[in-house]
Amino acid sequence: MIETLTAEAVTLSKDEVLRYSRHLIMPEVGMEGQLKLKQAKVLLIGAGGLGSPLALYLAAAGVGRMGMVDFDVVDFTNLQRQIVHGTSDVGRPKLDSAADTIREINPYVELVPHHARLSSENALDIFADYDIVADGTDNFATRYLVNDACVLTGKPNVYGSIFRFEGQASVFATREGPCYRCLYPEPPPPGLVPSCAEGGVLGVLPGIVGCIQALETIKLIIGKGEPLIGRLLLFDALQLRFRELRLRKNPDCPACGTHPTIDHLIDYDEFCGIRGQEAAEPMNGVPEITPIELKRMMDEGAPFQLVDVREPHEFDICRIPGSVLIPLGEVPARMNELDSAEEIVVHCRSGMRSAKAVAFLRQSGFGRIHNLKGGILAWSDQVDPSVPKY
Amino acid sequence: MAVKVMIPTPLRQYAGKQDSIELEAKTVGEALAGLTSQYSELRRHLYNDDGKIRSFVNIYLNDEDIRYLSKEQTPLNDRDVLSIVPSIAGGMALDVLAGRGRRAGSIHPSALRCICR
Repeated sequence: MIETLTAEAVTLSKDEVLRYSRHLIMPEVGMEGQLKLKQAKVLLIGAGGLGSPLALYLAAAGVGRMGMVDFDVVDFTNLQRQIVHGTSDVGRPKLDSAADTIREINPYVELVPHHARLSSENALDIFADYDIVADGTDNFATRYLVNDACVLTGKPNVYGSIFRFEGQASVFATREGPCYRCLYPEPPPPGLVPSCAEGGVLGVLPGIVGCIQALETIKLIIGKGEPLIGRLLLFDALQLRFRELRLRKNPDCPACGTHPTIDHLIDYDEFCGIRGQEAAEPMNGVPEITPIELKRMMDEGAPFQLVDVREPHEFDICRIPGSVLIPLGEVPARMNELDSAEEIVVHCRSGMRSAKAVAFLRQSGFGRIHNLKGGILAWSDQVDPSVPKY
Repeated sequence: MAVKVMIPTPLRQYAGKQDSIELEAKTVGEALAGLTSQYSELRRHLYNDDGKIRSFVNIYLNDEDIRYLSKEQTPLNDRDVLSIVPSIAGGMALDVLAGRGRRAGSIHPSALRCICR
């Protein structure tokens, strides 16, 4: 797999032999495998949901050098799944937080932080110093960037991705195997604003998929077992079912086919259609009302309808008194419950979904309608701090 | 031929919340047509305006990608399993389709169903 790794040139100290004894006594790893791990240089893209278990287990296994690329800071909502970070790390750069945890697990790992957003300008340079790349990102543009950079630099791409209760894992961009573009030549068209469309994720799911990525990385390094080259592992967390699909190297693949056309990194935001998408957003120009203005309307006893377009389980978390719940997907069918002659204010969690609802209702003939700017989050910040934010 | 179609998480809301559908079909194309006629909302997620399967959705017959078989003409046998495998990327979803290609400023009702999950 990684032909350049040989078991020479590095040794293990007495401490390391004791530390890794449970590896050393297995013939599949042994001294030879452990030395290969110590010689290995792995780059982790992302120190989040997938990056956390990757970092923890690769560090524990004794990978010699670990680079990590992340530009973000730890957010309170990360703690539900990004287990390399702790409560006291909220607000710190993720790389600093991860470095502390990793150093505590294994001080022998050489950590190389890359405090940057991976881009076409820096990816090839960053990848050059590593043997394997483990992709723990959460957006299509970066996935295509990582894939192409791996193909161009000849580094395997240990891939994992998740969505709600489903996970995927594979090993792309080896010489003989397929790359990400062999499976998905093009990204989906860009969506709606991800922060609302994200839909949540079961915290432990990236834990499982990230551990599988760590496992595959280790197998590639020690050259044992059957890696997920040419195999797409599908994981359904709710059913607890693993399935496997065969991935073929596409001879016409523009990245890794017999006549590749991709010889440099491109603008991946443009490739994924993200650039310029904002101009087409019908949310621009939706009339808005601030939480303070809404509160004034309530206090003055002005007649209006307050419509909440969130989902029932969100309504269970918190709500604004007097609101009526019409989940966004039901708005077309239930808009006859609303009086177009009356003032209507629509809200959701942060103002994005409700903006869509307002735009839709306006085109359906509702003239007296406003979007609550910032949603119930802003209501909590500006009017009623007792309303929990989520 | 009695076959099962596995529905991926992002599309289950358009297939009556089921994770698999059983139906009768002789080819892959017939199975997908049967699926989308039973659950019409699936159609726009699987097919583009030209009637072709969307490029970021892969269809597998058992463990093989139909692109490497006979695509939609691939014949089926009893107990075959068809899998729909969309690309996922961490927090982003397949359900981004309904607004695509529409005039700016116009929202189709199904676009609202796509947004919140």
